[in-house]
Amino acid sequence: MYKGVPASPGIAIGPALVLPKKQFQLEKRVIQDVTAEKNRFHQALAAAKSRIDDLIASAQAQGQTETAKIFEAHRLMLEDPELIAGVEKRIAEEKVNAEFALETTVNFYINLLAQANSDYLRERVADLKDVAGHVLQLLAGDGLQTPHIKADCLIVAAELTPSDTALLPLDKVQGFITEVGGATSHTAIIARSLELPAVVGVKKITSAVQNGDLLIIDGEQGAVLVNPDPGTVEAYRRKQAVLHRQKEELARLKGVAAQTKSGKTIRLLANVGEPWELPKALEYGADGIGLFRTEFLFLNRETLPTEEEQFQAYKEVLVKMEGKPVVIRTLDIGGDKNLPALNLEPEMNPFLGCRGIRLCLKDKALFTTQLRALYRASVYGQLKIMFPMISSLEEYRAAVKCAEEVRAQLIEEGHPVSSHVPIGIMVEVPSTALITDLFAKEVDFVSIGTNDLIQYTLAVDRMNEQISHLYTPFHPAVLRLIKMVIEQARKGGIEVSMCGEMAGDPRFTPLLIGLGLESFSMSPSALLAVKKQIRTLKNSTAKALAEKVLALPTAEQIKAVLGNEENKE
Amino acid sequence: MRVLTATIKTKTGLHARPAALLVNTVAQYKSEVKIAKNGQEANLKSLLDLLSLGAEQGDRITITVDGTDEDEVIAALQRCAMENELW
Repeated sequence: MYKGVPASPGIAIGPALVLPKKQFQLEKRVIQDVTAEKNRFHQALAAAKSRIDDLIASAQAQGQTETAKIFEAHRLMLEDPELIAGVEKRIAEEKVNAEFALETTVNFYINLLAQANSDYLRERVADLKDVAGHVLQLLAGDGLQTPHIKADCLIVAAELTPSDTALLPLDKVQGFITEVGGATSHTAIIARSLELPAVVGVKKITSAVQNGDLLIIDGEQGAVLVNPDPGTVEAYRRKQAVLHRQKEELARLKGVAAQTKSGKTIRLLANVGEPWELPKALEYGADGIGLFRTEFLFLNRETLPTEEEQFQAYKEVLVKMEGKPVVIRTLDIGGDKNLPALNLEPEMNPFLGCRGIRLCLKDKALFTTQLRALYRASVYGQLKIMFPMISSLEEYRAAVKCAEEVRAQLIEEGHPVSSHVPIGIMVEVPSTALITDLFAKEVDFVSIGTNDLIQYTLAVDRMNEQISHLYTPFHPAVLRLIKMVIEQARKGGIEVSMCGEMAGDPRFTPLLIGLGLESFSMSPSALLAVKKQIRTLKNSTAKALAEKVLALPTAEQIKAVLGNEENKE
Repeated sequence: MRVLTATIKTKTGLHARPAALLVNTVAQYKSEVKIAKNGQEANLKSLLDLLSLGAEQGDRITITVDGTDEDEVIAALQRCAMENELW
């Protein structure tokens, strides 16, 4: 078994198709007709450009803005006047063929860029190679080679560039395995948007696998099995069939209301951390976005996103959600998640350190830029702003003051701003949970962030493997806090929802409904399973279950009761 | 001919997004646009050239624009720099 990075979930079983490593036998030829050679180069360039335009258009049509951006950068390279001039000059002065002239010119830039001490520039080398490879293929007169794929197969490649992927007949491809890449690589992003299983970063897999070998991809585990024995294949086929059945069964719930048997409607919202998850949220029938994380705009880059860039991103999600509520959380970074552009100092206790709202209140420019972008976007839909890591009313008031100043400033500058943008907080610090009644007098809504609430309540660092067994959502103290937050928020007349892992875990659904929770936010893929659970519930059963569970003294006992299938009815 | 001198303010220098922004800004104009740093020169209409120049935060740069629409190019560059806090 080969292990890699799980990049896209699901199980695929089928014969391997190993894509050959691209190697161009570049021949240096002396040419006679300079004009004809230049024309040949320009024709190949034009063909490559028109192909990229198609790729951009189809990526945009499918809402894959990230993929479109990658190809737009490629087009900029194809149009690069210095690159073109360099090739023309070599053809004219050295009387060499277009292929050789292109290769030499591209290598010149690759050498320059590869010396740079920047991940960004090294990535551009990969882009440049991808683009040049295309033009070379076109020059070779092969057209762009589409691998001949007649039957279903699993693609095995050292590396899949976005343009490689775009050339594959995707109706036949059942999954991807690559040697390079992480969970955020191009392959991973594309595989997830196609809902095909993928494992990336599998070392030496192209030499271990031959065309036609039977492969199993387990996208959940990040595992690849080569020529497994029939028993294993059978086991995976059963697993695959179960997943398939579950998916089909759940698919039938897409247009159905999230209502309990007693007729109580529950709001199901989606957590979105990357723009590509948005279409999924809509497809699975989310009533809105309960948590839109903004960290993706800031990570994996060396500069901070500008107000304009953030504005466009927020506007896009509001427009796409067509008037449904969208809760956007302000930047939750710091501590263990560092940003190169911010140069944060390492801390002894990052989870108890300068993170979330604490960082934003310290770096006002950072906060103000985000708030300006949010308020400017507010006219494009139903925006709600949420602050993370609030631990006292003072902090909340300081954050609101910033927001109000930004809002007033924008209005003074003549920007249109929505007249009502509710402001709320994440409840993830026990001190805040304990004074929910006081917060309820000032905030418009609260959302329970269970992941951090658990770690802070139980004093368990959730990154520390030595104590991971102590991290449990079943702890009675955690459940008491949750009960308290829901009760106090309802008493205070404010909206309360939950956006942590617990909200998307069907085992907790009956208990949470029994405690009075009416709004759940979770990863889009969990929506249907939770909806299914809701539809089997009676209010009275849920209430009785909540009472029973809250009286139990240990996590173990609570887990036993909640894990028991019988209390779903 | 118009000349513009500035000191790079943006943290990453003219890599990443700022480079693409500048190239896109001037691409549509007829004028020839050059950017120079320490005697090294690059074509500002070429992303590859600009990336290779490696202009960092704090570097002093000189941009020369030559052509019929040079005034517009200078204005567009200033606007782009201001909106994105490039220099």
